[in-house]
Amino acid sequence: MPRDSAASAPGRPGAGPGRASGRGAGNPRRGRFFTAALLSGGVQGSPVVRLFIRWVRRPLLPVMRLWRRNIQLRVVATTLLMSLGVVLLLGFVVIGQVRNGLLEAKVKASQSQATGGFAVARQSADETAAATHGSTGGNGTDGQQSQNVIQWMSDLVESLSSGGSGAFDVVTLPVGDDSGGGRSPRGSGYVSPAESVPASLRDRVNSSSSTAAAQSYTRIVYSNRKDSQPALVIGKQVNDPNGHPYELYYLFPLTQEEKSLSLVKGTLATAGLFVVVLLGAIAWLVVRQVVTPVRMAAGIAERLSAGRLQERMKVTGEDDIARLGEAFNKMAQNLQLKIQQLEDLSRMQRRFVSDVSHELRTPLTTVRMAADVIHEAREDFDPMTARSAELLADQLDRFESLLADLLEISRFDAGAAALEAEPIDLREVVRRVVGGAEPLAERKGSRIRVVGDLQPVVAEADARRVERVLRNLVVNAVEHGDGKDVVVKLASAGGAVAVAVRDYGVGLKPGEATRVFSRFWRADPARARTTGGTGLGLSIALEDARLHGGWLQAWGEPGGGSQFRLTLPRTADEPLRGSPIPLEPKDSRRNRGLDDGGTPRGGAEKLATVPVQQTGGNASALPPRQGAATPVADPTALPGNGNGNRVVPRPANRGRRPDDRTGAQVPDPRAGGGPEPAGQDSTEAGEAFRGR
Amino acid sequence: MMSFMKGRVLVVDDDTALAEMLGIVLRGEGFEPSFVADGDKALAAFRESKPDLVLLDLMLPGRDGIEVCRLIRAESGVPIVMLTAKSDTVDVVVGLESGADDYIVKPFKPKELVARIRARLRRSEEPAPEQLTIGDLVIDVAGHSVKRNGQSIALTPLEFDLLVALARKPWQVFTREVLLEQVWGYRHAADTRLVNVHVQRLRSKVEKDPERPEIVVTVRGVGYKAGPS
Repeated sequence: MPRDSAASAPGRPGAGPGRASGRGAGNPRRGRFFTAALLSGGVQGSPVVRLFIRWVRRPLLPVMRLWRRNIQLRVVATTLLMSLGVVLLLGFVVIGQVRNGLLEAKVKASQSQATGGFAVARQSADETAAATHGSTGGNGTDGQQSQNVIQWMSDLVESLSSGGSGAFDVVTLPVGDDSGGGRSPRGSGYVSPAESVPASLRDRVNSSSSTAAAQSYTRIVYSNRKDSQPALVIGKQVNDPNGHPYELYYLFPLTQEEKSLSLVKGTLATAGLFVVVLLGAIAWLVVRQVVTPVRMAAGIAERLSAGRLQERMKVTGEDDIARLGEAFNKMAQNLQLKIQQLEDLSRMQRRFVSDVSHELRTPLTTVRMAADVIHEAREDFDPMTARSAELLADQLDRFESLLADLLEISRFDAGAAALEAEPIDLREVVRRVVGGAEPLAERKGSRIRVVGDLQPVVAEADARRVERVLRNLVVNAVEHGDGKDVVVKLASAGGAVAVAVRDYGVGLKPGEATRVFSRFWRADPARARTTGGTGLGLSIALEDARLHGGWLQAWGEPGGGSQFRLTLPRTADEPLRGSPIPLEPKDSRRNRGLDDGGTPRGGAEKLATVPVQQTGGNASALPPRQGAATPVADPTALPGNGNGNRVVPRPANRGRRPDDRTGAQVPDPRAGGGPEPAGQDSTEAGEAFRGR
Repeated sequence: MMSFMKGRVLVVDDDTALAEMLGIVLRGEGFEPSFVADGDKALAAFRESKPDLVLLDLMLPGRDGIEVCRLIRAESGVPIVMLTAKSDTVDVVVGLESGADDYIVKPFKPKELVARIRARLRRSEEPAPEQLTIGDLVIDVAGHSVKRNGQSIALTPLEFDLLVALARKPWQVFTREVLLEQVWGYRHAADTRLVNVHVQRLRSKVEKDPERPEIVVTVRGVGYKAGPS
């Protein structure tokens, strides 16, 4: 899910060809730009803009997450939007059609009505003119004539409008500003004449060659506080009985048409709303049909992976969903079968180990006891028999520990080893282990020093196993320590605790630090058999560390001693991210050599720290790990990857070629700026360097 | 009283060679061993010989060791030491839960076995008259009885020892290692599961609500202590 990271991208704008920043910067359209910025969070721009965007984004994040994660929501929302668009489009088209139809009819009717009216007006004017001429001899006074025209015009408006009985109104207006001669504006039915007729129409009526009628839409304004109404107005220039032109307008209110139209609109809107909602509901239902099985499959897959192997999908019908279910169930079935087989195998293996254990151990116990009885009584025997009794007892000890180790290893292999973790203070364990190793150390002439035991070092661990691991490390250190001191160092930081056992004995050759954990591996075949041990101790210790989710790693340089470090998570389920103690000790020859040489690089002090915990800034210390090409960080040393150990090759080479200082620095993986110095030495690096 | 006795040990083991060897060692140390090789006959042999201690192999023909252990425990508090070839968690814990006081893993050294047996029998020495209280329990150490409101609670000798050890120093928190040394007689650290299992067994008998113990209180990360009296 590439869009998932909400906060990471804004931190490094332009760090790379990020989709978001690229698209956002390149798109000129603001909307797209903004959306892109909002959704993916990467935008080049001033910090203020970024801050604003982040501020806007914050409340949107849950919604966006829901949007990303819920396909049903997405489909329903898309359906709603699209159907809304379609319905709106349809509505506009239909309403346009209806309006056109309605108006067309109205206009036709109105035009014929108006044409009739104009004719009547002309006829009436002609008749009146003829009558006047007849009666006055065509020579009446102007005042009389005006009087007559005023009366005539009022009558005309009255008579014309009365024919419509409210279906239309009639308005007369004088041409231009000439309001003299009784040709003041007149209107029927409280129509205020001047305001109801648009000026543009009047212009057209006046400019046209007086024979043509002109029409326009307008709103009728009433003088008696009635609401104004939309209307069609048709006007023409007509002559009054005196031959003077005046404007005659027919106003047809469109009230009825408007009512019809709004009814249609309302109906369409209601229908559209219903359609949209219903479509949404349908989409919801349809998607649910598809999504429900998918979600069920996801849930069941999760439960399967959680170990509930008998979970199956419900399959109904024969459609694609059913096929998915069938395939899924088949997969689950096969998985279960395979796991069952493996479990059976493992159980058989465990059973076998257990049986072998019992079968071997019972006779061994008898032999052991017999040997002990003989051993006790060896003073009564002749020297040869007495020595034989001693050898018998000694070798039985060895046989026993070998058998015990073998069984322990096979228990690990069978996955039968169980961790019984509880909070323990590692200082107690170390004290016990050191106490137990004192006699051996005395014999070897070395002292065991414990460092870092002022503070409690508490971790959730299996005391028995941890003690076994540490006993193994300490005894090994004493045995291979050439009579020099052994230092046991404890530390705890962050989520981890660590115990490092340092000796100054023969040390390890390059590459050996990985191999010490191999089963039955011996450092030096020539001298191996003189020291006891089964050859399985470190393998078991490694398994014990793994069982805790911890690391067991070795470092060593030939002649410079070695250090074994056990790192355990403080709480049982927490993954380890680093160790409080550097794998390579500060007093390694390389570190000291660097100090002596005064090389102006980071300093040995810094080299010998593990920043993950000690700097306290996990965030700053961890991420740069990715930068280094060589496996720099401790997690590469996770015991899970086969061999939980690393070797430092360089000191070995220094040992071999002491003057090769420049050569020693060439393969330094830290030169690239990796901040994690300890445990950086990959096996690969060691091998490669040895090959030179 | 019993300290004068040699100590009768019933060895329940089907491996005749091992049984014979055990006999030799035990006799050499001054015990009186008796033997039974079949799980079905073990209980009858136990009733007949009335041993001071039972050495019990877990893998037996007929009834297995766990079952035998449970049967013996049902009618007697006599110390039971399991002989087991499996130190795996489950086997040992099941054995301990079925009533065994201690276990010893094959192959063992004769001295180790004898030390274990002596540790289990040691408690038979005459204790000084002593009355202890822990919670609402009254413990008569010499009389080997635990009473709540005058009603006595039956404990095995080991459970009794455990309770007494805790009750003697109610102010002290006992680590499992210390308890192993005081109650079981281990010199060096051993399996702390012994303590855990027996504390559970003890609680199931003396606590009113074993889920919320008031007599034997767990001190997380350290061990156990006696509850407030």
